Amino acid sequence: MSPTGSHPPMFQATARVRRKQLAERAAQWFFGFMAAALIVPLVAIIAYLVVKAWPSLSWEFLVTNPRGGGVRGGIWSALVGTVYLVVFSLCVSAPIGVLAAVYLNEYARDNWFTRTVNLAVVNLAGVPSIVHGLFGVGAFVYALHFGRSIISASLTLAIMTLPVIIASTKEALAAVPMAFREACWNVGASRWQTIRGVVLPNSISGILTGVILQVSRTAGETAPIMLTGVTIYKAFDGGGFFLYAPTEQCMALSMHLYYIATQASGAAPSLPYAIAVVLLALVLLVNAVSIVLRVYLRSHKKW
Amino acid sequence: MAAPKRIEIQDLRLSYGGREVLHGITLDVEANEILAIIGPAQSGKTSLLRCMNRMIDVIPEARVSGTVKVDGVDVRSIRNVCELRRKIGMVAPLPVGLPLSIYDNVAFAPMQAGVTGTAELDVLVERCLRRAALWDEVKDRLRTLGSKLSGGQQQRLTIARALSHQPEILCLDEFSIAIDPITTARIEDVLRELRSEMTVVMVTNLVQQARRLADRTAFLLNGDLIEIGPTEAVFSDRPARRETYDYVQGLFG
Repeated sequence: MSPTGSHPPMFQATARVRRKQLAERAAQWFFGFMAAALIVPLVAIIAYLVVKAWPSLSWEFLVTNPRGGGVRGGIWSALVGTVYLVVFSLCVSAPIGVLAAVYLNEYARDNWFTRTVNLAVVNLAGVPSIVHGLFGVGAFVYALHFGRSIISASLTLAIMTLPVIIASTKEALAAVPMAFREACWNVGASRWQTIRGVVLPNSISGILTGVILQVSRTAGETAPIMLTGVTIYKAFDGGGFFLYAPTEQCMALSMHLYYIATQASGAAPSLPYAIAVVLLALVLLVNAVSIVLRVYLRSHKKW
Repeated sequence: MAAPKRIEIQDLRLSYGGREVLHGITLDVEANEILAIIGPAQSGKTSLLRCMNRMIDVIPEARVSGTVKVDGVDVRSIRNVCELRRKIGMVAPLPVGLPLSIYDNVAFAPMQAGVTGTAELDVLVERCLRRAALWDEVKDRLRTLGSKLSGGQQQRLTIARALSHQPEILCLDEFSIAIDPITTARIEDVLRELRSEMTVVMVTNLVQQARRLADRTAFLLNGDLIEIGPTEAVFSDRPARRETYDYVQGLFG
């Protein structure tokens, strides 16, 4: 018998190989379909909202204040209120969250204290937002006498976002290989020198992405702020950006949407959709910024 | 000729979470010698080095007993561990190019130790890179990333970095795994020269490298120090212990 007699010709598919190829293709299509299916709801939501909102949408709508109890005019003061809340709350939660995460990831040893803090972070992240709102009422509005104000609402939002910022920052720091830290320690660098010289520069993209993603979450929340500092309507004469003092109540897009959609009478049918479009656009804009930032910083990745 | 002792290790025991990996090691490292530590994998060579510059502290489950003295001072009594680590240059077995420029990789330690003069740093960086036999390959691209160098180049960068803080003791852990024989020979020459300035402890899997370089050789096996002695004795036909003969002759197992 010749040596090749019992073998099929080389590089020709056997039945087993064909089966494998079929399974490979099937798996690829199946997973691909699932991934594509994610896009459908997003596109559907946006298309539906924009079509419904179309009669109300205009530049005027964006930059004029609501009038007549909110059912007429634009949404400027609500948009500004949301920006205030987001900026103030992140000013509090981002530094505390990032610094706490640096401590937990870079300094803390594995002991009962660290474990307690980590447990607290995980549990805090799971607390429903309405409970955060009630806590904010008790702690900031009454106990600390901040009243129903932007301060109270922002602090409530800050407490809500803090655990998520800590978690995402820890993840970004943990992505920096341990070998880099050891190499620095080996040459006699202190922990802080190592953090400043190597760890932070290489995790800043992940840290910033985590923080920025909290903007969209903060902007969308209604429950915690409606109890602590957001009002359903406030009349303004002038425009501009500096509409509120931090000790005042403000309007916010999410609350405005809720109010117009469920409580107010006499609003144009397209109005709630238009508010939703603006809120969604704000969130998507921030997400886009974070994606661009991530892509930019990743292209500068150093290992 | 009783040379002064740089490192004195007394009955050093180390365990990771209850599993003892060093069972009472006692050895001295004399000033300005090259001491080679040989032994198969899992014999505790790297752990022994980590005990010297207290990098063992980084491993949470590690428990150390016994003493390691560097220049007569028990390392565990040292408050400023950064000072100790600057005194000991450590070359880790896996090459690590920090995600900094090649220049900054070498200048990192002196800068953190307070050297700021550009001219001074330039001189230092060039000297360290030359000693690590890397200068000629990277002198035109010192600003490119050290982490993008090839494995062998990163390993030499690691050596340059270990020399950058002007240590008095240099510990090399498998410094030549990814380096070609010719470059290795150049680095070995440098190590021989460095002997006049510093004490060298090198862990190596290449027993012939120990034979070429070391004044004395220690043979570690499964966490026990089997034998330490002049290299000629360890590599002779009659070392003190049978296991040593078998290992260096490649008859093991």
